[in-house]
Order: sequence, then C-alpha cells, then structure tokens
Amino acid sequence: MTDALWYFGRGTGLVALVLLSVVVALGVGARSGRTAFGLPRFAVNLVHRNAALLAVVFLLGHVVSLYFDPYAQLRLVDLVVPFAGEYRPFWLGLGTLGLDLLLAVVVTSLLRHRIGARAWRAVHWLAYLCWPVALLHGWQTGTDGTTWWLRTVAVLCAALVAAAVAWRLSPGFERFPDRVPRKRPVLEEAR
Amino acid sequence: MRLHVDWTACDGRGLCAELLPELITEDEWGYPVVRTDEVSPRLEKAAGRAVDRCPALALHLLRR
Ligand code: HEM
Repeated sequence: MTDALWYFGRGTGLVALVLLSVVVALGVGARSGRTAFGLPRFAVNLVHRNAALLAVVFLLGHVVSLYFDPYAQLRLVDLVVPFAGEYRPFWLGLGTLGLDLLLAVVVTSLLRHRIGARAWRAVHWLAYLCWPVALLHGWQTGTDGTTWWLRTVAVLCAALVAAAVAWRLSPGFERFPDRVPRKRPVLEEAR
Repeated sequence: MRLHVDWTACDGRGLCAELLPELITEDEWGYPVVRTDEVSPRLEKAAGRAVDRCPALALHLLRR
C-alpha cells in the first residue's frame, strides 16, 4: 500500500511534466495568433487552458501522494515553502517553487478579467521560469531521475519547449509579421 | 447589449472574429471590424464567450 503512493507520486509527476511542456508549447502557439493542427485560434487557446488545468490536477495528485508516502517524509511546509526540506532540499525545493509558480500563473489566469491584462501578462511570463524549474526537479529529485526512460521523456519535453521558444523568438512568429507595432510610432515621434 | 472594442488594448489576435462571425470580421491586418455593434438576444451568449476569450481583454459587452 505504501508502495502504491510512491508509484502514484512518480507517475503523476511525470505526466505533469509532459503536460506542462505541452502547455508551454500551446501557450506559444496561442500567442502566435495562428491556427494549428486544423484548430481555430480560440480552440488552441482553450486547449492551452484546459491542459494547464489538467496539469494542476496531476500535480496535486503528485504532491498529495508523496506527502502521505512514509519514505519521502514531507512536512506540510515543504509543499508550500521552497528549500526548507530535509531530503535533497535544493532539488525538492525546485519542485515546491515550480508548484508555487504554476499556481500563481493559473490563479491569475482564471481571474484575468478581475486583475486586468497588464497584471495577468506580467505574471504569465513566470511560465517560462516555471517550466525549467519543474524539469530540473524531475531530472534530479526522485527515484527515476537517472533511468533512461525518464531522461528520454525529459529530453523530448525539452526539445518541444526549446523549439517553441525558438519559434517565439523568430522574426516570422506572428501572424502579421509586418504589422506596425501599435505603440512604437508614438514613442518614435516623441523622441 | 452593445459590443465595444477597446482600441488601446486590442492586439488583433483574431479570436473574436472566429467566435462571433455574425457581428465581427477581420480587416486585412487581422484587426476586428464590428459590422454592427447591436447584439441581439440570440447572440448574447456567443458574444459573452468572445468577450471572455479575448487574450487582450479588449472586447466588452455594454448594456445601453
Ligand atoms: C488556467 C490556466 C491558463 C490560462 C487561462 C492561460 C491563458 C493564456 C492566454 C490567454 C495566453 C495568451 C494567448 C495570446 O496572447 O493570444 C497564454 C499564453 C501563454 N501561456 Fe498560458 N494560460 C494558463 C496557464 C498556463 C500555464 C500553467 C503555463 C505554463 C507553465 C502557461 C504558459 C503560457 C505561455 C508560455 C504563453 C505564451 C506567452 C508569451 O510568450 O507571450 N499558461 N496563456
């Protein structure tokens, strides 16, 4: 029975990492303003949101099961406050930090209409910090960190996100690359 | 109800024109063109969805 918690914790953690990678790629896809895989823009946006919510569910499963796992010996503070743990505090702390960042990104997104676009966007940039933090945590912390299959999945996730970020930074990224940025002419006039 | 585009916020991402083609089309740069801002009761739900999905929070539904 206690082993079951441990297996569940490992499985949910891995699925959460894969989902998060897909969420980041879909977020970039949504930002591009393009349709993808035959999906209209609003659907890319919705799949991005729903995959993020699903990642939260898996992450809660990951955290709760390992909290009750007698071997991991987590205290409640370890689930909220990063780098306070006894066991591999740095790598475990990255997991806690990742969870905090994820919750910040998701909660502000659900309250987008309440907090305004500016604040929402500022917090949403943290997504680009959340993902590598989660990846490093998975790579280093657990039982499976050094196995070939976890490393393979992690490398595939990293390749997906790296490709998305490279696309995000490329000049042809937006649907209308030649569109005059809305605010720039005003700034240039003022100069 | 009446549709209102906040032009200081609109980024021309194009979701509203997909979700509410009855009232909104795109210009050649992808910015929305509101054909008529009058929202009939039949379209209120779809309009609400377009308002909700706007990535820039630039679309508003005003009661007149
Ligand atoms: C309920 C949860 C979420 C909602 C409603 C949401 C919504 C959005 C929206 C509306 C956009 C902008 C699309 C556009 O500009 O057209 C976006 C972009 C993005 N999202 Fe999310 N998101 C959520 C969770 C997450 C999570 C958990 C992550 C990753 C940890 C994430 C990563 C991203 C990224 C990387 C972008 C692109 C940002 C950029 O480069 O400008 N999102 N999201």
